[in-house]
Amino acid sequence: MAELNTGDGGGGKDKKVRSKKQNSKVDLTAMVDLAFLLITFFMLTTTLSKPKAMELGLPDKEDPDKENVDIKVDENRTMTILLGKDNKLVRYVGLLETPVAGGAPKDFTYGKDGIRKELLSRKASVLAYSTALGKPKNGMIVIIKPGKKSNYRNLVDILDEMGIVEVPTYAIVNDFSPAELKLLEGK
Amino acid sequence: MAVKMSKKAASIDMTAMCDVAFLLLTFFILTATAKVPEALPVDMPASTVQSKLPESNLATLTIGKGKVFFDLKGKEVRIQTLEKMAEKYGVEFTDEDKNEFSLMEGFGVDITSLKSIIEMKSSQRLKADQPGIPKDSLDNQLADWLKIARQANIDINDKELEIAIKGDAKEEYPSIKKVMDILQDQGINSFSLVTGLRGKNF
Repeated sequence: MAELNTGDGGGGKDKKVRSKKQNSKVDLTAMVDLAFLLITFFMLTTTLSKPKAMELGLPDKEDPDKENVDIKVDENRTMTILLGKDNKLVRYVGLLETPVAGGAPKDFTYGKDGIRKELLSRKASVLAYSTALGKPKNGMIVIIKPGKKSNYRNLVDILDEMGIVEVPTYAIVNDFSPAELKLLEGK
Repeated sequence: MAVKMSKKAASIDMTAMCDVAFLLLTFFILTATAKVPEALPVDMPASTVQSKLPESNLATLTIGKGKVFFDLKGKEVRIQTLEKMAEKYGVEFTDEDKNEFSLMEGFGVDITSLKSIIEMKSSQRLKADQPGIPKDSLDNQLADWLKIARQANIDINDKELEIAIKGDAKEEYPSIKKVMDILQDQGINSFSLVTGLRGKNF
């Protein structure tokens, strides 16, 4: 099949030489078949993409016996993100009762066109605000509150968002005020 | 003329193709690390982080369907952890069991039924419906596994054990939080979340 007609090499040779020449080619088709079969097998069983690890640092757990010292934070720098069920995401800026301008509770979607745009614009405005006060190092603070019905994907998505936007300070907080619960559950 | 042409094209020289095929084959064999079957398959959420999961000094907590499975890297660390746990809970393991345990994948059972899981073949193990490691406050074996594994890792590798949480994307947050709380109770405030990879413009 894969034998090539080599033709006669010169007419003057005798018959012995010719018979040697005829067997010089081996049929490689089957061997190639086998090689590709094995390649396919190894390609499919290899794990090329190693899982990635997202580093997460949490603050020390609060000691209930110890007196907690509340640190005052400028509410103009904080954004609170509430995660609810069915990928619901609500954010407000500042205090819930008295949100800063344009920071009233509002629903957002995950991803590029949703919360990321908001985070980026808010980050810029916080930076402008802090610079005006003469403290340009005070960046935005994001408080993430994952609700009971939110899932793990939501948490990873929003943490990832923090990494993409490069939010300097963010924290996961687990306690909800009744007003926040209402925001998440009711429309 | 036409007859002659068809004769010429009847066969191709396969030598070069064969060379290439075997070169690729060699590459794939050398770079291959076989997929390890997972005791609790989970669908990891994706993220844009690039840092890789460490290959050693690692304990993985797999969370899915409300169950927690525990997996530990390193043969010696596993054996020592099992010995200490057996001591603590008064369960006997033979040397054979210990050796088998050091090679098996993650598990998710009560320590008293761990022996029966170890004795299974790996294909059976995957089918066995493991209930997850007990983690409630009365019987917190997960915390003990972690504590003892960390100690064993320090004894053997002289390094702090790193903890990774591998959660199912659909898992509800409270069960993730429960595991994080167990970690924090032991003073582990920094750990990794295992994720898949996606592009920046998802």
